[in-house]
Amino acid sequence: MSDFFTLASLVFVVGSGIRLATPMLLAALGETIGQRGGVLNLGVDGVMLLGAFGAYYTILETGNAVAGVLVGIAIGVAMGIAYAVITVTFGAEQGISGIGIYLFGLGVSDVLFQKLVGTPLPIRGFADWHIPLLGDIPRIGEMFFQHSVLVYLAFLLVPAVAYLINRTTFGLNLRAVGENPAAADSLGVSVPRVRYTAIVLANLLAGLAGAVLSIELGIFQQNLTNGQGFIAIALVYFGAWRPTGVMAGALLFGLVSSTVLQWRTLGIVSGAASSLMAMAPALLTIVALVVISRTVGQPSALTKPFDRGK
Amino acid sequence: MVPVAAVLASFVIGALMLLALGADPIEGYTALLKGAFGSPKALSHTAMKAMPLLLVGVGICIAFRASVINIGGEGQMIAGAILSTVVALNVGGLPPLVLVPLVLFAGAVGGAIWGAIPGALKAYSGVNEILSTIMLNLVAVQFMNFLLRDPIMDPAQKASGRIPQTERLSTNADLPTLPGASRLHIGVVVAVVMAVCVYVLLWRTALGYRLRAVGHSPDAARYAGMPVKRTIVAALTFSGAMCGIAGAILVFGSESHRFVTDGSSVGFTQSAGFNGIVTALFGGLHPLWTIPSSFLFGGLLVGAEAMQRAVQVPKALMVGLNGLVVVFVVTSEQFRRVLRERAERQVEEEASEAGKSSAKPDEVDT
Repeated sequence: MSDFFTLASLVFVVGSGIRLATPMLLAALGETIGQRGGVLNLGVDGVMLLGAFGAYYTILETGNAVAGVLVGIAIGVAMGIAYAVITVTFGAEQGISGIGIYLFGLGVSDVLFQKLVGTPLPIRGFADWHIPLLGDIPRIGEMFFQHSVLVYLAFLLVPAVAYLINRTTFGLNLRAVGENPAAADSLGVSVPRVRYTAIVLANLLAGLAGAVLSIELGIFQQNLTNGQGFIAIALVYFGAWRPTGVMAGALLFGLVSSTVLQWRTLGIVSGAASSLMAMAPALLTIVALVVISRTVGQPSALTKPFDRGK
Repeated sequence: MVPVAAVLASFVIGALMLLALGADPIEGYTALLKGAFGSPKALSHTAMKAMPLLLVGVGICIAFRASVINIGGEGQMIAGAILSTVVALNVGGLPPLVLVPLVLFAGAVGGAIWGAIPGALKAYSGVNEILSTIMLNLVAVQFMNFLLRDPIMDPAQKASGRIPQTERLSTNADLPTLPGASRLHIGVVVAVVMAVCVYVLLWRTALGYRLRAVGHSPDAARYAGMPVKRTIVAALTFSGAMCGIAGAILVFGSESHRFVTDGSSVGFTQSAGFNGIVTALFGGLHPLWTIPSSFLFGGLLVGAEAMQRAVQVPKALMVGLNGLVVVFVVTSEQFRRVLRERAERQVEEEASEAGKSSAKPDEVDT
């Protein structure tokens, strides 16, 4: 255990915790936008997988990491439009159709990977960017300011999404549509248009999250996300539908994961015990769900399709 | 009709995907159907594959009929597998006539516990069951990995190898094969019997009536004096029990007769916890219709392997197509409901219009 509490080890754990938190943070920020507009998207994990494969394959073929990110985003947008048609235009049950999207992404990303790539080859993403001055601070710089540009982007999106939800006209409409779509409609807000936008933004970020995952790992494989998309959904509840809360949750999950990994590397815990510890984030989420459901209410119209005629 | 159209639609999309991947769809689908239903051996494989889908599917029927969305089939299967394995490891000496029913019952209990937790959380704490069941899936996977890597790991593996699995479980717990069959075992019969039991439960018992009443309208059920909270817990408990039996059968009906993990839930369940949802939806959430439905989807999963060999398109395609089936079924059902309601409103409006227009001439006269 004393090996773990050395400065070098702690710095490493914090740094890799931030890295591990990044894809979950991006997906959860997207899901926050969707849920504030009253739409639950259980397909996040599937969209992430498709985005991850799209980015991986693009970089494998072209060597261009920026193109990879853009392809991940484009896949997210396409899936968002599809999901919006399903849940807004057709008003389908969101919980179940989301599982359909998940299975679709899980299967199709695997098919494409096996068919187009076969043997997993590593890709090169973005080099870590040492932020001038800040990155030079001993320890602190290593932990916070020597990451890939994608990590900075994800964390900059936290205030951006908070601003979007709380300070813009779109955000006002979004919250109105998520709480009381009938009232918003009577004030002339187009509920379908707001929800379409929210869903596309949510899936865009899910696609980006997948791209970041495969680019940071430098690899793709079957079921690469291993449930991270589902954890992202839980983070939204964990963070009580606020971007800062979501970020806190993502960091907590990232740090728990990196701590478990580090303990395993140092031989502090056995493989079996590390499985036991890997249960912690999910258990923590369940506890958080109990607390949240007693204190903060979810958006009132969450999962409820809006039918103007009623 | 709607589910059939949904399957056909997703197969059309599947054909386009096959074309895009440079494979001949007709050749692929022919191989798929032959591989699924073309020979006695294929049919036996299909029945084996259908068995967990059927059990999870009827479990899903119970939950969805009560308007409880159970996404936790994967975790509940693992919980059932764990408890039944622990029982077999401890009382493996019992005669088969006692031990086989006992391990299946233990599976049901394990799954029931894993279902009752999100049920109680929903009923008494207002926790969304979709999220809690997903989280409990993650917990179950890691708990399985923990147990198979240490407490119930095969002593031989502990010493030498690294495969996280149990020892060869007691032969007394092996599921007997059906007469005249080489691999087909009684798990298939158990699944069909359970489907009939669930039908009886839902439509011939007071509890089933309460489950459906709560599913239809919790407020009305509460007004009628029904214990809504307890009914919600019961829905997830029974739903979990069905998945738990499936988990136990996967262990004791496996060829290795061991409980093995590759670290993920898919490795153990083959995604039956999710595919069972597809099966139940295709069966119209009716336990008896879920029987042929499970046979169809089991066949597709088996046939996908034959298709992979024939046209070199990975069998994972079927998982993706199953996803499309789900999307199409829920989309078209909801769409039809909306259309029907609009039509009804229109009829009402026309009726009131007609009333007005018949009143108008009088006004003109006066």
